[in-house]
Amino acid sequence: MSLLALQAVEVSYGSIRALKAVSLEVQEGEIVTLLGANGAGKTTTLRTISGLLVPRPGKVIFDGADIQGVAPHEIVGLGIGHVPEGRRIFPRMTVVENLEMGAYRRRGNLGPDLDRVFGLFPVLLERRKQLGGTLSGGEQQMLAIGRALMGQPRVLLLDEPSMGLAPLIVAQIFGIIKEIRQSGTTVLLVEQNAAQALSVADRGYVLETGEIVMSDRAEVLLHDDRVRAAYLGEGAA
Amino acid sequence: MCIIHPFWSLLVSGLSDGFLYALIALGYTLVYGVLQLINFAHSEVFMSGGFAGYFILNRTIGSHTPHGLDSVLMVVLGTVGGAVFGGLVAFGLERAAYRPLRRRNAPRIAFLISAIGASYFLYNLAGKEFGRDAVSIKAPFNLDGNAFRLFGAQVQTYQVVVAVAAIVMLVGLDRMVAVTRLGKGIRAVAQDADTASLMGVNIDRVISQTFVIGGLLGGAAGFLFGLNYGVVYTMGFTPGLKAFTAAVLGGIGNIRGAVVGGLVLGLVENFGSACIQTSWRDVIAFGILVAVLIIRPTGLLGERLGRSA
Repeated sequence: MSLLALQAVEVSYGSIRALKAVSLEVQEGEIVTLLGANGAGKTTTLRTISGLLVPRPGKVIFDGADIQGVAPHEIVGLGIGHVPEGRRIFPRMTVVENLEMGAYRRRGNLGPDLDRVFGLFPVLLERRKQLGGTLSGGEQQMLAIGRALMGQPRVLLLDEPSMGLAPLIVAQIFGIIKEIRQSGTTVLLVEQNAAQALSVADRGYVLETGEIVMSDRAEVLLHDDRVRAAYLGEGAA
Repeated sequence: MCIIHPFWSLLVSGLSDGFLYALIALGYTLVYGVLQLINFAHSEVFMSGGFAGYFILNRTIGSHTPHGLDSVLMVVLGTVGGAVFGGLVAFGLERAAYRPLRRRNAPRIAFLISAIGASYFLYNLAGKEFGRDAVSIKAPFNLDGNAFRLFGAQVQTYQVVVAVAAIVMLVGLDRMVAVTRLGKGIRAVAQDADTASLMGVNIDRVISQTFVIGGLLGGAAGFLFGLNYGVVYTMGFTPGLKAFTAAVLGGIGNIRGAVVGGLVLGLVENFGSACIQTSWRDVIAFGILVAVLIIRPTGLLGERLGRSA
């Protein structure tokens, strides 16, 4: 049984259908990537899983339970961590306060979790008293990932972690994504940077104007002519 | 020169008025922070605190005259009573006047109309229930008495009471917002509500609790104000608008800005009316509102609680 599944999910903004019968599955321990161009519905998919949008019709199943209609703040508590598009750091909170926000629903000692995040991202330890809004883009991305990890998620939703970052930082962040999976967290990764995403993922889905048009193992997608043409910037010839 | 002559006594009365404005202004600014909404019915929360203090103290004090420790207890009782009642009214206000509109994603103007409607409803209800004439709260201490002299100016006991009560509440609020879980939730919702919910913050609950905190401060201010100026169903109108001015002056959404704005407004009113004429007092206050909105809409300190850009 899959850890997370979407079953024929439809989401509309007013009269515009953003997702059309989207079904996908994520098995425990996998890294699954969702590829697609701007406006394909990738962010909408993640926001639907987190409960910010409600599918009509369709189901979101997490760990065997239908979580449709469950409020976003309760879905976090079930074990779904969300690193939103554009990082969405709290700009007027310190790095430590941002991390504490990630554990908002948990009680007790956060020390070991903070240590783990600082272990993954040592730069955050140096910056721990700085306001989130004063960090660089890469540091903010690290903080956003660390913040989601503070909630001890079973599955981590990552929305375009490479957006607007220098290649060196992107490589570093993808390295961390592999480490996160090794430590037992399942990852659903939304990316426009298909080459990077497919290089770390086990499987991938391709979303086009709200529909899943392809799904396969990552190596297969990486060598697929249509994927290469559309998302890897190579000529179709 | 007019400003120099009674300088110290104008300073003292300016600060005393300013502390009351600050307490009320915080209610506007806290709610604005989490909802981007001006709760114009907050003046009625203030009025409710005044009536609560009136009923509690006049029943408790009866015909005797409190002294010493008894006086202190009565002041605490009235302040806490006003605060609790203000908090309850603010809680009910959010449930009845705003939450239903949020549920159906109503346009901004609907909230404003609802606020004004709730304000009219509450003060007319108070007028009907408690009578249309002003009543006095039985004095827990000698209101005309002086506590001490400051550079030749008499500082009234009442002014000391207002300052002490306000400072205790302001420091408490500041700590609450800085270190508690609720305080962090309030800041997170103000900075980015969607992301706050992704962190596990129950936005509805935080909004409700923010109204209650604003109501506690506003209700306490209503009692402290009513102690000196009497209690009447329309008492919220002018102080409410002035506190709104103070909140805008300091930067709406900015907690420390509300305190600074309140104190500055109290001082400017007192020095200004001494310079020109007492009858200019309200003209000066609302002149400031217009000037700030035109010249510096973000206020003195800008918006720090809310969204950054």
